[in-house]
Amino acid sequence: MSALVSLDHVTCAYDRDGARPVLADVSLSIEAGAFTGIVGPSGSGKTTLLRAVLGTVPPASGTVTRRRGLRVGYVPQVETVDWSFPVTVREAVLMARTSGRRLPWMSRAERAEVDDVLARLGLGDGIAGRHIRELSGGQQQRVFVARALLRRPDLLLLDEPTSGVDVRTRHEVLHLLGDLNADGLAIALTTHDLNGIAAHLPHLVCLNTSVIGEGAPREVLTPAVLERTYGAPMEVLEHGGMPVVVDGAGPRLRSVG
Amino acid sequence: MSTLLEPFEFAFFRHGLIVATLAGGLCGLVGVYVVLRGMSYIGHGLSHAIFGGAAASAVVGFNFYLGAGIWGLASALMIGRVTRRRIIGSDAAIGVITTASFALGLVLFGTFGTARKSVDAVLFGNILGVTMTDVWVVVGVSLFAAAVVFLRYRALLFTTFDPEVADVSGVDVARMDALLMLVLAVSILATMKVIGVVLLAAMLVIPPVCARMLTSSFARMLWLSTVIGAVCGFVGMYLSYHLDVSSGATIVLVGAALFCVVFSVTGRVPTSGGRSAVTSLTID
Repeated sequence: MSALVSLDHVTCAYDRDGARPVLADVSLSIEAGAFTGIVGPSGSGKTTLLRAVLGTVPPASGTVTRRRGLRVGYVPQVETVDWSFPVTVREAVLMARTSGRRLPWMSRAERAEVDDVLARLGLGDGIAGRHIRELSGGQQQRVFVARALLRRPDLLLLDEPTSGVDVRTRHEVLHLLGDLNADGLAIALTTHDLNGIAAHLPHLVCLNTSVIGEGAPREVLTPAVLERTYGAPMEVLEHGGMPVVVDGAGPRLRSVG
Repeated sequence: MSTLLEPFEFAFFRHGLIVATLAGGLCGLVGVYVVLRGMSYIGHGLSHAIFGGAAASAVVGFNFYLGAGIWGLASALMIGRVTRRRIIGSDAAIGVITTASFALGLVLFGTFGTARKSVDAVLFGNILGVTMTDVWVVVGVSLFAAAVVFLRYRALLFTTFDPEVADVSGVDVARMDALLMLVLAVSILATMKVIGVVLLAAMLVIPPVCARMLTSSFARMLWLSTVIGAVCGFVGMYLSYHLDVSSGATIVLVGAALFCVVFSVTGRVPTSGGRSAVTSLTID
């Protein structure tokens, strides 16, 4: 496999003197066909890592190398979307087509392309003309994945794609991403959901300013790595051959009660 | 019937009607981006800032449109620059820069101005003062704004809805923001003589808000807002003749009445949190 993006000893900071780095000495690579989950507590640098890969946050030191001609699709947190903004599903998806045709209305070929992408993601007839707020949580997430896919990316980055959604929507999103990855699309996503998402992915990066652990879930979802990542004790059980993370504070709270 | 058609006999009224209709449509078109970006206050502030430029131009004998235009654009870009530093919010930046400019304009007019009347004309609009030059300026600016919206439709929509993703998708967001500021500044400049700086902000907000209550499509909102603005300009200008009141105030009151009608008919209010809600990306 060849690396689509490589980070070599990357440090990023938002303050001018770089005294408080958000990412420190991060080295990792995203390979073609990869399906990587980035986990860590709030403020650990997950979004900044995505931004460094995207190129919107320049590293204070170190280098980010992208494969020549790499196309990256980005799906932001749906919680940051202004759901009252007046756009239909078709308008939202077509936004991604900013090069080439400049006319406001879409060409026949563009309409067919948008409809194809929507159909591929299970957003069939009747959805395209609806306002984005009228959709279910899973459908809303799919609309923004569709927008990213319209750019025909080699790598899809998603920031907390299952944040604030119910279990059914989480399953929908996970299956959708699994199908896209099976078709050859490299995917990297950030998530807080260790059991619902991270444990199901083939490759994880545990991040807390720097990389604490990297590898298959069974290798990195261990009490030692998790405690270093989250700064709190965690237990790891096994269920159906998969690791299940249990918050270590639970038993102590029960004993207090 | 002759009473109804009477105002059309006068050239000044015909000029005023053309300018008011175009100005309303122009404000409606540009206002869509202003409202959806949560910048309603910038329309208010920028119209005041341009007053400072108008005063400075009058004092030094510089061309009104050129001087006030450069001043307005500089103010708009300065607001954007201060806001990007994120130390103070955009509302505070607009408040500081535009009110300072407005205050400077008042001082300049008070110290060097030849007549109190000119201040009132800039503040509240004076349709009697509309010349053929003003008509051509509004026509030119309207064509310019329409061309920008037409040719940059997708990029402007993307940067308004989701600037973060637009940026990573190859859209030059800073350039689009500057282009929008330019369109906004020249639109305010071209229409302030008719509507006046004090009331102009209302015409940047009322038509798009009415349009938003009528549609959930961005494309439809654009043309609806333009039509609503133009209708308000036409009807307001016509009524102001018969009622013998300020044209700017009448245009705004027609818009406000239309808002009440649309609000009561549709029964919903746009709840847009503005651009800040779109851009706020959690920084880990």
